[in-house]
Amino acid sequence: MSLPVRITALLVAFAAVAVGAAFIIVHYLLASPPTVTYNASGGVVNIMLQEDPQNDSASKPDWVSYFVQNPSTKKWVHTTLFSVPKGTTAHVTILGYDGCTPPRNNFWSLVQGTIGGTVNLSIVNNKGVATPTRRVSVINGWAGCTVGHTFAIPALHLFVPVASPNAYDSANNLCGVSPCTSGPHAVESFSFRVPDHAGVLRWQCYVPCGGGFLDGNGGPMQTIGYMTGNMEVRA
Amino acid sequence: MATPEAPAARARADANHGLRIFLIWLPLAVVADLLIWFLWKPHMPPGTMSSSAEHQQFDIAVMAVVAAPVLLFIWVYAGYALVNWHQRAGDEDDGPPIHGNAKIQATWIATTAVIVLGLFVFGTVELIVPAGAGAGEGPAPIWQPSTSHRLEVQVIGQQWAFTYRWPQYGGMETSELVLPNNATVEFHVTSLDVIHSFWAYQLGVKADANPGVDNIAYTTTKEPGTFTVRCNELCGLWHGAMFNYGHIVSPAAFQRWATHWEAVQRSNGLLGMLPPYRTTYDPTVIPQLGASIVKIDQITGGAGYYYPPQDPVTP
Repeated sequence: MSLPVRITALLVAFAAVAVGAAFIIVHYLLASPPTVTYNASGGVVNIMLQEDPQNDSASKPDWVSYFVQNPSTKKWVHTTLFSVPKGTTAHVTILGYDGCTPPRNNFWSLVQGTIGGTVNLSIVNNKGVATPTRRVSVINGWAGCTVGHTFAIPALHLFVPVASPNAYDSANNLCGVSPCTSGPHAVESFSFRVPDHAGVLRWQCYVPCGGGFLDGNGGPMQTIGYMTGNMEVRA
Repeated sequence: MATPEAPAARARADANHGLRIFLIWLPLAVVADLLIWFLWKPHMPPGTMSSSAEHQQFDIAVMAVVAAPVLLFIWVYAGYALVNWHQRAGDEDDGPPIHGNAKIQATWIATTAVIVLGLFVFGTVELIVPAGAGAGEGPAPIWQPSTSHRLEVQVIGQQWAFTYRWPQYGGMETSELVLPNNATVEFHVTSLDVIHSFWAYQLGVKADANPGVDNIAYTTTKEPGTFTVRCNELCGLWHGAMFNYGHIVSPAAFQRWATHWEAVQRSNGLLGMLPPYRTTYDPTVIPQLGASIVKIDQITGGAGYYYPPQDPVTP
């Protein structure tokens, strides 16, 4: 093999490796779900989330997942990244479409860190009938089929159990296409104070969602874009 | 060509070298040790917020005091050798053969033996006297504090947060760690999922949190303030964010805090919802129902149940 051919072959091989490495870096390592931006109105930010028994991804469609509603388009975005302005009051509404799963530690049944230490809760059944909204400080995830997930920002000591549809609906009638627009679900709302300084606060679920691993948190629990994410506090 | 020295003259010269090195080294070592003890020690980690932290600070200072003269001796000897025994211009001879020196060898062996054995005894005493030195001693601690008046705090690790149970306050559970000053604390460290490690840095307390294991560590709080609690065992995605801050407050303030939360959790029903206080927990069982959490009627997830670990589609 002549020298020019060998040099060309070497360069081609090097370029192939470089392109492959760049593809992996860009496609996998730097890939991130989109961030939904919320703005304040009168010092209040309205955040809309839903958690589903499945999701709309091609790779892991059976993973439970949160969705975040874009406040401008009202479309549900498959992400767990959102940003809010600092020093505001966040008013969060979570639509809990996923069925119940007992928390590993029932301490997470206690509402903590919200304004007033409570959440407002209503359950919509499979016929679309909603229970009256009631204010509760505890949703006992061990007493029956009551809790699906939690929404927690540990740095703010914010721990909120998210209710689920009842036992019958959890077992038979859950929404099957994400993002969910119908089907039995919980409607839960609460407020908390956003810190006065900018930063990134992680949030997560403390229930090993959809069953999960008995020996630790499984896939969606450890994957940003599914059951954990970041709340960016903007300056 | 160098003139061969008489053995007696060389011995005298060697003695002078030794004396000179010693006289250079001694004041330096004394000054270094005084600086370490009086200037540096008060600022050494992990501080003085607890008995175990105090002892660890003391231990680090003692080891620095022992190590500094050794280090200085090496530096002084190297510097002295460079100045006095470097090759002179025109001197192309080999150095004289070394036939051993019983006195130096004996001194070296005796000194290092004293240091190593001394540190062995010192380390053992320092492990025993402060009741395990703030480290987890497992479920049956060998070294315990002399007082039986102890505040029991159970530390529960879970991906990714520590929570705390207080058996002497009705078994309440909190996400915050508050301790009274001048109190002997008995930590019972366990986990509900994977291996974590409870590291209360400024308290000098570190104990692994293993599922199904009651790992006991002791300390006595010494001064009010804030300390950092970190997980010190890689435990998943948010391991790096698994930290918070604890507080040592006055006994009266602690009593107010604890009784307040006990009353709150009694009134909102949480105390009855938590499992009965135990040193370890089986997260697959709901004690109140006496049932396995793996698959029970009425408590079924979207997928129907907790997947067994071998399930290939476990999300």
